[in-house]
Amino acid sequence: MPKKPETVLDARALDRTLRRMADQIVELNSGTDALVLVGIQRRGVQLAERIVRMIATQEGPTIPCGALDITLYRDDLQTVGPRPVVGATYLPWTLDDQNVVIVDDVLYTGRTVRAALDELADFGRPARIALAVLIDRGGRELPIHADVVGRKVDVSSGQRVDVFIDELDGRDEVVIASRNSED
Amino acid sequence: MAGSLGKDLLGLADLSADQIRLVLDTAVPFREISERQIKKVPTLRGMTIVNLFFEPSTRTRISFEFAEKRLSADTVNVAVAGSSVSKGETLVDTARNLEAMKIDMVVVRHPASGAARFLAERIESNVINAGDGTHEHPTQGLLDLLTLRDKFGDLTGKRICICGDVLHSRVARSNIWGLTKLGAEVGVCGPRSLLPNAIGEMGVTVFDRIEDAIQWADALNILRLQLERMQGGYIPSLREYNRVFGVTRARLDAAPRDLLILHPGPMNRGVEIDSDVADGPHSVILNQVTNGVAVRMAVLYLLAGGRPELAEAAKRGAP
Repeated sequence: MPKKPETVLDARALDRTLRRMADQIVELNSGTDALVLVGIQRRGVQLAERIVRMIATQEGPTIPCGALDITLYRDDLQTVGPRPVVGATYLPWTLDDQNVVIVDDVLYTGRTVRAALDELADFGRPARIALAVLIDRGGRELPIHADVVGRKVDVSSGQRVDVFIDELDGRDEVVIASRNSED
Repeated sequence: MAGSLGKDLLGLADLSADQIRLVLDTAVPFREISERQIKKVPTLRGMTIVNLFFEPSTRTRISFEFAEKRLSADTVNVAVAGSSVSKGETLVDTARNLEAMKIDMVVVRHPASGAARFLAERIESNVINAGDGTHEHPTQGLLDLLTLRDKFGDLTGKRICICGDVLHSRVARSNIWGLTKLGAEVGVCGPRSLLPNAIGEMGVTVFDRIEDAIQWADALNILRLQLERMQGGYIPSLREYNRVFGVTRARLDAAPRDLLILHPGPMNRGVEIDSDVADGPHSVILNQVTNGVAVRMAVLYLLAGGRPELAEAAKRGAP
């Protein structure tokens, strides 16, 4: 029986979680030198922008923030067919010797991150690439793990994690919904 | 599914306004790939595309080849000279032989109108029309639309005049279909001998004088005057053509607004277009070339993969 959607993070909790992630990213990098954030289209981009603002408030410098659309690096074109390319890739600086942190909303199978790693390799050779995700829902199909995790949740494959953010959806909230229910 | 163009791209007459917009919207992010240091994404890795050209072509073939290679497809160019085609093999036999070598797509240019459709109905591979006779040249039409949309935003109510040899031009036909579907007003201007008799039935305004077209239009798409038309008796001489129909600086100076200048190339400078117009501040002729690669990448991408039965199955099991 489909359950009612369950809120994992409300607006205040989401803000608090991002703040902690911002601190952890700076800690992981031992500062903000050579640090570059890259958000994955779509919601990862807005989350990365917020983390950059939080780091600027805490630490001073505004670190570069790029965007990555991995649609063209997916491994399911033959089966799923072309998806609309939703957003632009924006990485106007060299990534050589930079500490890149990929930011995404939900980590699930790991295939999106695999594609993002392939795409980043076409833009240079970073010193290190780390992964920061707002929600880790388990269910990996590839040997990929996140370095910074906002919230770990146990979600069965029949359920879906929906991340709503103010910039795109008009509200900040993370909910777990049953896969066939409408949000 | 959001991305559907179907199996083939044969002409803009077959596409809906939404499908045309889908290609243009998809082409925009593809432009960025050509700006990268590594101008390549792995999207079509493992796919084989044959560029089958029964007519000489430089820019269209190169543009397709760039698009294919930047998407990581494997490409083979077959030109008429030196192939079995010159030994009398038919279009279908050539394509079936290629298909027996396991290819995925064919980009075809052919002097006969309807050749692309003829082929598409007989082979499994996706077929992209790169110009068939005087019928259509859909990717040229799409890149013209993208170039106009870059400058104008919405094309609704914009006035585009196609100048020159409309009678023999597949570019003109694809443009008229595409522009009309996106809500633009289309004019044509040229000697009556180079305009189709039934042109009025395509919903376009006919101008006999280039000066009147310039007064009316927001943009001119100036077609190449095929030099062999003169031998065919369609026009008295190139000089006279330039004097009566040539787009010159002086004529444009009389326009009430700045006109955007398009030309599908290759240009006959001093015949249909003067050099100071072609190289002038309102010329978007090189933007068209850049957009050509992006539009072709978008078309290849949208036609690739997408086997609906697998897509449905994947949707049921995927996030």
